Amino acid sequence: MLMKWDGDLMPYSQLIEKMLAGDKRACARLISAVENDPDAAEKIMRQIHPYTGKAHIVGITGPPGAGKSTLTDKIVKKLIKEGKKVGVIAVDPTSPYSGGSILGDRIRMQDLALSPEVFIRSMGTRGHLGGLSKHTRNALKVLDAAGYDYIIIETVGVGQSEVDIVKVADTVVMVMVPGLGDDIQSIKAGIMEIGDIFAINKSDLFGADRTALEVNMMLDLNPDTDRRPPVVKVVAVKNEGIDDLIKEIKDHLSYLKESGKLEERRKNNIKEDLVELIEEELRKIVLTRTEDKNRLDDEVIEIYNKNKNAYEVRDDLMRRLSW
Amino acid sequence: MNRPIRVLIAKPGLDGHDRGAKVIARALRDAGMEVIYTGLRQTPEQIVAAAVQEDVDVVGMSLLSGAHNYLFPKVVELLREQGVNDVLILGGGIIPEEDIPGLKEAGIDEIFTPGTPISKMIEFIKNNLKR
Ligand SMILES: Nc1nc2c(ncn2[C@@H]2O[C@H](COP(=O)(O)OP(=O)(O)OP(=O)(O)O)[C@@H](O)[C@H]2O)c(=O)[nH]1
Ligand SMILES: [Mg+2]
Repeated sequence: MLMKWDGDLMPYSQLIEKMLAGDKRACARLISAVENDPDAAEKIMRQIHPYTGKAHIVGITGPPGAGKSTLTDKIVKKLIKEGKKVGVIAVDPTSPYSGGSILGDRIRMQDLALSPEVFIRSMGTRGHLGGLSKHTRNALKVLDAAGYDYIIIETVGVGQSEVDIVKVADTVVMVMVPGLGDDIQSIKAGIMEIGDIFAINKSDLFGADRTALEVNMMLDLNPDTDRRPPVVKVVAVKNEGIDDLIKEIKDHLSYLKESGKLEERRKNNIKEDLVELIEEELRKIVLTRTEDKNRLDDEVIEIYNKNKNAYEVRDDLMRRLSW
Repeated sequence: MNRPIRVLIAKPGLDGHDRGAKVIARALRDAGMEVIYTGLRQTPEQIVAAAVQEDVDVVGMSLLSGAHNYLFPKVVELLREQGVNDVLILGGGIIPEEDIPGLKEAGIDEIFTPGTPISKMIEFIKNNLKR
């Protein structure tokens, strides 16, 4: 069931001011706006850009039920004890049939709801194949501007979303659990390049040593990296191993900074976003300017009838469009 | 621009059953809504904090333990304190007929007692959103 998004009565600049001053409701409203309305997103992004780029963005991904939310809960609790502010975005799949979703990650983070230093937001993938849409990236930027020192983004690691997470996160924690068996083999190809840190959760269960061994072996087989990802055993439900994991998360950021990779990654992301923006705009120009005169359809007929080919039509159109 | 309706489903109070809440959550998802489910034994403060951060259109609470006359109005009161006036507030569970007028008076928009078809609840949500 869809409804119209009317935007907010309060102008965005006013909401942004409040958000920058720490108002959670304003922050929540801005996230809704960037999630629902591309025009609003543009207005908001133009204004908050100067405030972004400060947060350490940590992706937590892995198979369904691996304990990602429980782990997130424990990590956040330790970070706020250090005096840090932490934002969490928990992404769950949207049903392709109804367009609805059940977002249940907060169940494992109940105690955090009342922490002044924590902001948790659940998001559906809303049909975006890779799981992380532009909306998600914009929501991250809102939290970044709001001054959260860490932003944890939880995604279910199935298929494409694992790849997506690298684009938004500085550090990716890949959560594995004992008993995945052949699954390790099947996701192996994808995860080797993606995990910056491997957390073997549920290490209280039988088989954790074996899983750790297998992951270590696979990592050793992967020669072409200048940094060998660490493997950390954790028991999220018992709060065990979390300090080690947090240390690795921080060490990874130091590594990124010192090696110049942080700057490189972020510039790459900016470039991709910029190209995407330009593509969108070009598409809009081509469609609106040509469709007015039904030109595009006429050209399609010409191409269909073999009077012209697509390339000469393209060249012709590009020449005629006045920029 | 279209967007899905966002609903927070919460279980305040001490009773340990959430099967009913989960059935409702699934039905709302199948009706195309985004349902944020927060689990058992939520305090009114936690429910309100979640509702604010998740920026939901609807807060639905389900309660079997009999504390509805305190817990439901408390949630409304805390929401109002935060300046949240545009969220539809629904209550469900085992609620005696004679308590319903008082709850509505306190700002609960509608009460759904056991046996109400979920389709009625979905209709109600669609027709009564406040934004
Ligand atoms: N034995 C054991 N169980 C755990 C551990 N960590 C989490 N669990 C349990 O695993 C189940 C799933 O935990 P979640 O934190 O919801 O896992 P998740 O990966 O976020 O799940 P999705 O978001 O649904 O993919 C829960 O029942 C947890 O209690 C652990 O260290 N040991
Ligand atoms: Mg989860």
